[in-house]
Amino acid sequence: MASSIRVRATSNGDITEVQALIQHPMDTGLAKNPAGELIPAHYIQQLKFECNGKDVFVADWGTAVSKDPYVKFSFKGAKKGDDLKISWTDNKGASDTTTAKIA
Amino acid sequence: MTTTTGPVATRRLILQGAACVAVLGLGNLPFAAAPARAAANDKYPEEAFKQKSEADAIKALYGKTAEPSDKVKLDAPEIAENGGVVPVSVTTTLDKVTSISFFVAENPFALAASYKIADGTIPGVANRLKMAKTSNLIAIVEADGKLYSATKEVKVTVGGCGG
Repeated sequence: MASSIRVRATSNGDITEVQALIQHPMDTGLAKNPAGELIPAHYIQQLKFECNGKDVFVADWGTAVSKDPYVKFSFKGAKKGDDLKISWTDNKGASDTTTAKIA
Repeated sequence: MTTTTGPVATRRLILQGAACVAVLGLGNLPFAAAPARAAANDKYPEEAFKQKSEADAIKALYGKTAEPSDKVKLDAPEIAENGGVVPVSVTTTLDKVTSISFFVAENPFALAASYKIADGTIPGVANRLKMAKTSNLIAIVEADGKLYSATKEVKVTVGGCGG
């Protein structure tokens, strides 16, 4: 299966800009389906970005983050060709991991 | 002057050790000494995400209150046509930022997202949030142990005609 995580990490030599898009329903547990039944909560709780053995950015998310979440941030201390590891876990215990090369 | 560094360092180590023991010991008690450190460690702040009002959520997440600051720049639309996808970003000129959090006052649960900013990471983040209705959006930046906030009202138009 294709990874649920799409990442673009680009370095200008000093600062690395990271954009990530994750496919996930992010159900709040408050909405109903067309049959009138509650859709159980299903959302990503933690998303981690790791580079050179260090957590550079950790996101703790609740249900108020939009479906198919997007996040953007920048960090220093990495260079072109370094690996950026991205992983998430959701409230049902599911998870996914991917590694991107910084371009 | 150099002689003072030795004792100070030792004292700091002892204090750190004591703090670790305290946190471990109280870890099972809700709302004990732990909330103040909750934002600093790696654990998912379950309790903070369950709070309904933003004041309670801030308290559960950080254990202290924030003061408004013009050094926190919150960028959000005046009017959001689709409350399901509201693009929101925060940047700040503050130093020693350790975390950034977003709260939506009128949502069923106020805390939307909380980000831990490591040393060397630029203190700024952009993401997309859900908003149930027109509401104040609050961004909190934790810098050097203090909390700074910025607030902006975002109007959510229901119906999606955009008129």
